[in-house]
Amino acid sequence: METKSILLAGVGGQGILRASDILCRVFMAVGLDVKKSEVHGMAQRGGCVTSHVRYGQAVHSPLAKKNDIDILVSFEKMETLRYLDYVKESGTVIINTEEIYPPAVNLGDVPYPKNVCEEVRRFFLSVKSVNAAALAIRAGNIRTVNMVLLGALSGCLHLSPELWEKIIDDSFPFKLIAVNRKAFHLGRGL
Amino acid sequence: MKELMSGNEAIARGAFECGARFATGYPGTPSTEIMEAFAKYPGVYAEWSPNEKVAMEVGIGAAIAGARAMVVMKHVGVNVAADPLFTASYTGTNGALVVITADDPSLHSSQNEQDNRHYARFAKIPMLEPADSEEAKAFIKRAFELSEQFDTPVFLRSTTRLSHSKSVVNLEKPLKVDDRTDIRFNAEKFVMVPMNARRRRVVVEKRMQDLRIFAETFPENRIEMNSPDVGIITAGISYHYAKDVFPEYSYLKLGMVHPLPIGLIREFAAQVRKIYVIEELDPFLEEQIRAMGIEVTGKEIFPYTDEFDPGVIEQAITGGGKAQRSLPEIPIPPRPPNLCPGCPHRGLFYVLGKLKVFVSGDIGCYTLSFMKPLEGLHSCICMGAGIGMAHGMSKALGEKGKGKVVGVIGDSTFLHSGITPLLGMAYNHSDAVIVICDNRTTAMTGMQEHPGTGFTLQGNKTIMVDIAALVKTLGIDSVRIVDPYDLKAVRTVLKEELARSGPSVVISRRACVLFKREKSFPRKSFRIDPEKCTGCRLCLGMGCPPIAWQKVSNDSGSATKKTKGKERDGVAVIDRNLCTGCGLCAQLCKSQAITEEKE
Ligand SMILES: Cc1ncc(C[n+]2csc(CCOP(=O)(O)OP(=O)(O)O)c2C)c(N)n1
Repeated sequence: METKSILLAGVGGQGILRASDILCRVFMAVGLDVKKSEVHGMAQRGGCVTSHVRYGQAVHSPLAKKNDIDILVSFEKMETLRYLDYVKESGTVIINTEEIYPPAVNLGDVPYPKNVCEEVRRFFLSVKSVNAAALAIRAGNIRTVNMVLLGALSGCLHLSPELWEKIIDDSFPFKLIAVNRKAFHLGRGL
Repeated sequence: MKELMSGNEAIARGAFECGARFATGYPGTPSTEIMEAFAKYPGVYAEWSPNEKVAMEVGIGAAIAGARAMVVMKHVGVNVAADPLFTASYTGTNGALVVITADDPSLHSSQNEQDNRHYARFAKIPMLEPADSEEAKAFIKRAFELSEQFDTPVFLRSTTRLSHSKSVVNLEKPLKVDDRTDIRFNAEKFVMVPMNARRRRVVVEKRMQDLRIFAETFPENRIEMNSPDVGIITAGISYHYAKDVFPEYSYLKLGMVHPLPIGLIREFAAQVRKIYVIEELDPFLEEQIRAMGIEVTGKEIFPYTDEFDPGVIEQAITGGGKAQRSLPEIPIPPRPPNLCPGCPHRGLFYVLGKLKVFVSGDIGCYTLSFMKPLEGLHSCICMGAGIGMAHGMSKALGEKGKGKVVGVIGDSTFLHSGITPLLGMAYNHSDAVIVICDNRTTAMTGMQEHPGTGFTLQGNKTIMVDIAALVKTLGIDSVRIVDPYDLKAVRTVLKEELARSGPSVVISRRACVLFKREKSFPRKSFRIDPEKCTGCRLCLGMGCPPIAWQKVSNDSGSATKKTKGKERDGVAVIDRNLCTGCGLCAQLCKSQAITEEKE
């Protein structure tokens, strides 16, 4: 199997690193090689956060190059635009429609980008938009946005739901398992 | 057993597996998690030292006592630790001393992009460079063995991408280690006065010669022959980037980047027609290989700056890359890191930004306040520099600088390298005012303990240095403590201290909002009454993430509110999910529009 690449992107504090850890463990559980790469540090302070996940028979680089991402999962609407040049022309884009304003928008200096989903659809065939915050609240905890999006991503990956559930169960303390599972399934059901 | 591990976790694991039981360091991205992971293994001793120089000295001491010691820091930390390290290269070690330098190509979280491979040549110390987590675990073991075998400190170099990428690692059983520590006297080896150091100097050159011979057969320097058309000489993570795009080429992968295996490089060069040297940052390998008379292609096509990825390498070698694609042409607002909602630094720097003084800054979360709209910090060079620079500036300006120069420094940074320059200020009778931004933790790198927090790296209770008393003891007479959540108090105290002649220190004390052990205030949230808001934008001047500007159209009824006779064109709103309730914005509002949210 050739190496495939997934990019999770968003804003510090959205649980992207936890989601990509779970994703990697799922691939490991089916016997694949996997590498992931992310940068923390400054990014925690409300800046951009990305996590590249690459999986296959034998993975070399933990970073994907431009034009090479199979699936982009954007945890914030306008952040989608920042990484489109990484996505293959035939790639899939999953967009959380939540808007988190950067400082320049907060100050009223520049507008928040408009018609993001529509614009992305003009250039990519496979685009899924998700109101992850609403589903996370429905699941019972706004902090499960990452699991909703992981659920949406799982719909593109042809792996058994039981496998995902097992890895999710192993990733959270007992009292948080149910809500995270629920969020995952709400995302997967889309 | 297989485990998904970051490069940093793998380094800690490898050190543990091979019997290292002693580690010290000072936090710094991207190295921090090595110490945090190592500290959790059973039976180890791990500590945060106050700074990297101290850490190096502690490590040297442990190694001389016979331990396998690891000293961990980010690239610029080696600048701080260089003095003891360069001479430890002369003394050698009884046990083992491995120094981890975590470099930061692309400056993800650093003030510069220095290439610490130069330190290996400069200090005459061997350096290993792993390419992924599995190698990180293997190489740290090699590093300890080398240190013992050749009686030398050994560098292990990581980069941000290696430290913070995760890949699959095979866990092995930790070695059972006998205690080899002991007191051994050897003045000729450990007292570096000129007559002894001159002799050790010769030993160092002999050791380098032995290491060059060793490098020729070191199994982690390896040739992978494929097509003889192109040969790639590389090390570290660049190897994987290149393999990703050019699996068909031949490779000389160097696990040891200093000293180089000259014979092996010649052997490889003789087998391939064209050679590329692929390395991030400086042409460190390239220049040495060129000096051997071997023709290579390197920095004429590969960038000097920033980290690589497979695309950068492909683009450089094939020249073209794929044609430009068409994509949405929507301008994307930047998203720089910002002080968190409720950050105690915000109140202090809001006031500093308004005072029209020069704020000589330092490194920590608070450095972010240089940005709009706060603009409350005007220089940042390295850790500890804020104080010395403020003093130098104030002395150079003389009368003109009176009441105009402030130095700021975080609590962790003050204890790292702020005490000595403050002593210098007291001694030389400075006129600058120093503000210590005491948020009770090392926030920037993720809440590490330091001598002011009352706890050690391994979670034991310890002393909590009294910063105010320490400052007084250094000879600073005027020491004031303020709460940065009280804007009026901050302004008053700063103005009074700026008006005074002689040095003074203001401690701005309030725990970091993310710091769970010390709760900074009861969590609540504030709201802005859209009827009362005059649209004056004063609260936006805080740059607090939950506060946003919302335009109101002129024909809606609520657009008729006036400010200074002008009709308002919008109102400020607070995102209650983000608001932590620090209340700073409410202190600014002149029309009492901002109030606590009623549940
Ligand atoms: C020599 C050196 N070591 C480490 C670092 C990484 N680093 C930058 S600031 C900082 C400490 C910040 O803590 P503090 O001064 O308490 O400020 P805070 O972030 O809590 O506001 C560290 C560890 C560095 N830049 N230089």
